[in-house]
Amino acid sequence: MDLNSIYTQLIMEHNKSGHNKRPLDSPDIIERGHNPSCGDDITLQLKISDKIIEDAAFEGVGCAISQASTSMMIDLIKGKDIEEALSLVETFIGMIKKEITSDEELEKLEDSIVLQNIANMPARVKCAVLAWHTLKEALGYN
Amino acid sequence: MHKLNPDEIKNDFPILSQNINGNRLAYLDNGATTQKPIQVIEAIYNYNTRSHGNPHRGAHQLSIRATEEYDSAKERVRKFINAKTIEEIVFTRNTTESLNLIAQSYGREFIKENDEIVLAISEHHSNILPWQRIAKEKKAILKYMYLNDDGRIEPEEIKNKITGKTKIVSIAHMSNVLGTIHPLEEIIEYAHKMGALVIVDGAQSTPHIKVDVQILDADFYVFSGHKMLAPMGIGVLYGKKEILESMPPYLMGGDMIEYVYEDYATFAPLPYKFEAGTQNVEGAVGLKAAIDYLERIGMDKIEDHEKALAEYALDKMFSIPYVNVQGPKDLDMRGGIISFTVDDAHPHDVSTILDSYGVAIRAGHHCAQPLMRYLNLPATSRVSFYLYNTKEDIDQFVEGLKNVRKWLGYGS
Repeated sequence: MDLNSIYTQLIMEHNKSGHNKRPLDSPDIIERGHNPSCGDDITLQLKISDKIIEDAAFEGVGCAISQASTSMMIDLIKGKDIEEALSLVETFIGMIKKEITSDEELEKLEDSIVLQNIANMPARVKCAVLAWHTLKEALGYN
Repeated sequence: MHKLNPDEIKNDFPILSQNINGNRLAYLDNGATTQKPIQVIEAIYNYNTRSHGNPHRGAHQLSIRATEEYDSAKERVRKFINAKTIEEIVFTRNTTESLNLIAQSYGREFIKENDEIVLAISEHHSNILPWQRIAKEKKAILKYMYLNDDGRIEPEEIKNKITGKTKIVSIAHMSNVLGTIHPLEEIIEYAHKMGALVIVDGAQSTPHIKVDVQILDADFYVFSGHKMLAPMGIGVLYGKKEILESMPPYLMGGDMIEYVYEDYATFAPLPYKFEAGTQNVEGAVGLKAAIDYLERIGMDKIEDHEKALAEYALDKMFSIPYVNVQGPKDLDMRGGIISFTVDDAHPHDVSTILDSYGVAIRAGHHCAQPLMRYLNLPATSRVSFYLYNTKEDIDQFVEGLKNVRKWLGYGS
């Protein structure tokens, strides 16, 4: 296992920057997601109008992988409509399950594509997918 | 007295000689499970190639041999913890099953409304959940002894929580998170004075320090084989004979009966009353071989060796400014388990990064969420030592530890 492929600069920047880690003013949806076995615990907040995710942010604690993955997801889904966001969730989960491998498909994930190598680390998969499952839950699809 | 030689001991453990991620393996997750020496592996092999049969059931040679192996393993355990008779030694799957057995059998029979059950806040979930269930069912009251800033239970806390209403005190000998060795003598003496029974979870202590159940005077003492060089799936419940005799069976089934009629049955004498169904004979054989191995080395030497390792590791860890060690600072109050956090790094990242250096540690809540909440920590990392660990293992761990923050993009 190569640590460089896991703790990439981009992941570390997202983990540290915290630009998406803030409370939203009167969010429309608040959804908590956690991994009881390791203590990753995030609360996703969404502002939605006309089926468009106008703003999104999160609060909580967790490992670098879970925090970076959440932050990257928020960058990706902001401004997207709900259906598109859900389709991106499926693409991300497909990538982590190694079911989706085509570059063309994966490019849609933008920054989040750097989490691809987590697929090779069974112990950390749940950290990477936490935010994405939480989003699905938040939008009422689970 | 000569010290034990961990390098020599390591040669008995085939699994430890491999490389992990291109580095020598430093296995420091002994609190979770321990590795097996070739002597244990061979004992199980010999049993399976010579003596395997269903014990206590047949008149044929293999059944007789299996019976002898099983019963001699029980005698070996009795001697190891100095119980009075083998009637006091019940084999279970593990510590968890032993604790559930006590709660379901003793607890369900004898706990009444408003009785109090006292635990320490540092207990493993397996010593909390069985009591939560009984407390709920019987409308009994669950109380916790809390720890001071050094991770220890103060004498006043013992007297505050254990009262005339207390029926059961159930506490770990050594905390699986903090490494704290609890003041069992004081707790047991005071609990007995108040008329309460004491159950000791010995999962983290029995493998590492000499246990004498008669000197300790615990009413129950339970532990797991796999944390002391034996296979998974074999555990021990020690109970004082007169208490075990007063308890109803836990599981019903084969081998635990005397006579069975259409609508009632009488039960086998101790310890078989609590051993329904075919038992884990090869696990028992492995446990016997593990005890032989440990006692050949000497429990005193093992304890001294682990204390020396803990001192060596703690010295190095205290000198790293961004590493925060949890639990007692005083070596006399703790065993070879050290929980810690690293500033700005989540324990799971610490564990993943150390794994790339060949260092196996545990990260998470260690099945002790109430303690984590009490300490206000989401999780910790944990190293735990055993007889085969060396200073070299600790050096390798500390070297990896010093690199954790760099990998996560922090200076150092």
